[in-house]
Amino acid sequence: MNSTRKAGGFFARLSSTRIVYLVALLTLIVGAVLVATTGRNFFSPGNISSILTGTSVLGFIAIGQTLVILVGSLDLSVPYVASLTSLIAAGVMANSSANILPGVLLALGAAAVIGLANGLIVAGLKVHGFIATLGMGLIISGYLATNFKGSFGQAPFAFRLVGATGLGPVPISTLIMLGCAVLAMLLLHRTRTGHHIYAVGGDLNVARMSGIRVQTPIITAHVLCSLLAGMAGLLLASRLGVGSPTVGSQGGYDLLSIAAVVLGGTLLSGGKGTITGTLGGVLIFAMLDNIMSVMQVNPFLKDVVRGVVIVVAVAVYARRSIVKRQPRFGHGQPEEPARKQEVAA
Amino acid sequence: MSRTMPPAGAAVLEQNRAGAGERFLRGLATPGGAVFLLLVALLAAIIVANPSFGEPESLIRFIGRTAPIAIAAIGQYFVIVAGEFDLSMGSVVTMQVIVAGNLIGDDDAKVLPVLLLMLVLGALIGLINGLVTTLLKVPSFIVTLGMMLALFGLVMFWTGGAAQGNPADSFRQIGRGGIQDVPVFGVIPYPVIILAVAAALGFWLMRRPYGRTLIAAGDNSAAAALTGARVWWVRTRAFMLSSLAATVSGILLVGYAGVHPSVGRGYEFTAITAVVLGGVVLGGGRGWLLSAAAGAFALESLFTLLNFLGVESTWRDTVQGVIIIVAVAAAARSWQRRRRGSALPARAEQHRITATSAKPAEGTEQGGNGY
Repeated sequence: MNSTRKAGGFFARLSSTRIVYLVALLTLIVGAVLVATTGRNFFSPGNISSILTGTSVLGFIAIGQTLVILVGSLDLSVPYVASLTSLIAAGVMANSSANILPGVLLALGAAAVIGLANGLIVAGLKVHGFIATLGMGLIISGYLATNFKGSFGQAPFAFRLVGATGLGPVPISTLIMLGCAVLAMLLLHRTRTGHHIYAVGGDLNVARMSGIRVQTPIITAHVLCSLLAGMAGLLLASRLGVGSPTVGSQGGYDLLSIAAVVLGGTLLSGGKGTITGTLGGVLIFAMLDNIMSVMQVNPFLKDVVRGVVIVVAVAVYARRSIVKRQPRFGHGQPEEPARKQEVAA
Repeated sequence: MSRTMPPAGAAVLEQNRAGAGERFLRGLATPGGAVFLLLVALLAAIIVANPSFGEPESLIRFIGRTAPIAIAAIGQYFVIVAGEFDLSMGSVVTMQVIVAGNLIGDDDAKVLPVLLLMLVLGALIGLINGLVTTLLKVPSFIVTLGMMLALFGLVMFWTGGAAQGNPADSFRQIGRGGIQDVPVFGVIPYPVIILAVAAALGFWLMRRPYGRTLIAAGDNSAAAALTGARVWWVRTRAFMLSSLAATVSGILLVGYAGVHPSVGRGYEFTAITAVVLGGVVLGGGRGWLLSAAAGAFALESLFTLLNFLGVESTWRDTVQGVIIIVAVAAAARSWQRRRRGSALPARAEQHRITATSAKPAEGTEQGGNGY
């Protein structure tokens, strides 16, 4: 009993971001040992490169998802936005390198419009983000299913290089993703909108009463999230060489990105969390995938492992009290006494 | 205000209470009531598009076809009204379908034991979801997402992703068969009866102390805990009800759709859509159980209507997306208006009644409540 309390104290003192990276380190060690038993090297440049490649697509989406979750919303439309942008980009480029710039701009423009629509529905019409983006995802998915029966367009060689090359073991796509992460961090910690995102996510009414225009951060977060999903779509188009109407939904990026964000210590109800934590969550997923591929785990069992890891990892730190403030009236949290009685009963 | 309230406070409340007709109309104006109007409008539109749909035989078959998703929506309602999500529902349906297909086989004697096993499995999954959510304090979105991935992975691992097994015909009759030779309707499918029983049980449960506590816990969990409710156990039972509902849906779907790992895919989002269409507020504490079931019927009749109008089935998703956004936006507006508007008339009405009865207070010339 005493030791568990001590452990609780140890965990309570750690920030959730540190716990995420401890979990990532644990995954790394376990992975290295497991991979070594098959006679291969976990830290070979090829393997590191493949892990980092695995982080980039989910990374883009998870960074955007972090912004949206921080502001107290959700985005379930990201996989469809990614599919749509991959189609637009590959369609406009049509295997000609002169069209790369228009293709990219048009694809990101479409993503931004979708994000704007999401933001306006959530902030203006007061529709829960879950429903607004679920609906938006369905709308796009219907459009995609009706108009595209298979892969479409062709990405030129120069554009495909983006997804295929790297600096040493680090792929270019991962570097771009990290660049976006840095920009998102700057936005969150150095700009007014960033602080407003935390404030609105923490408590919308308090934010409004302190004079914040609550619509602006919500809309900004949604637009940025869709843009980043669009970046993921561009990357997918560059890797596949074509646009595909199902590439996003097959990846299950909506739920996986939310899982990565929560795994990274961000509160699902908004107002608390960091991009750094999210990157840790994405890294854990990428390493798990890699380890299981190297170990040749049955692909269906991968889902089982992922599901268990998500719940267990979040459970590790979800038990700690979320609010670090001193209790105001000398009591603990209101639920505490009731729970003790329950345990006794 | 309560200081000068006449002792017959209850009588005043009774006076303030509108007549049954007016309360019915007011109920229809809430999001939970409006879904019934939407349903009636959609059914009318279908009958205009295809008059033979209005015959009792095809109506009852429509109800039977919608029963699995309506039952799932009823289950999801318990979880949503408690302020949580259950994303594992679709995987539970898939799992139960596969369990039935593989374990029952052609042996009629195995039907009952396997049926019991499925119910136990359903309750167990709900119990795990609930306990991890309430005791380990992992957000239910994550818990049930993990459960969804894990269960689906296990099912696919077990079956290799292909259809297999075909349960005994007596088992499939639960979803497929019905009471024959009924006047007017012809056949009453068993799913209709099961749905009616589930709806009645759910309706009764929501009027029991359990239902009241569940809504209180969804509205304000800390306040519910302070009144002495065992919030964690109330919520856990909601998860169990949800998984059991998914189990029942699965049993019905074996009869309809057969045994395949794709049965039940996307059920969680359809069920949540139906519940939200029924005016139940995500985040908990508001909404009616029967409206959630009506939401499922509205969704299904929308698809039927699109079908009759000859719209390509690929556009179904788009229409569904537009409808849920519009419905929820309208509901959000309506709840807001009610909350802003309702306080003033109610108070004015009470003021009027008590003012006529209350004597002027000591040392003042005015009677009434003193505001």
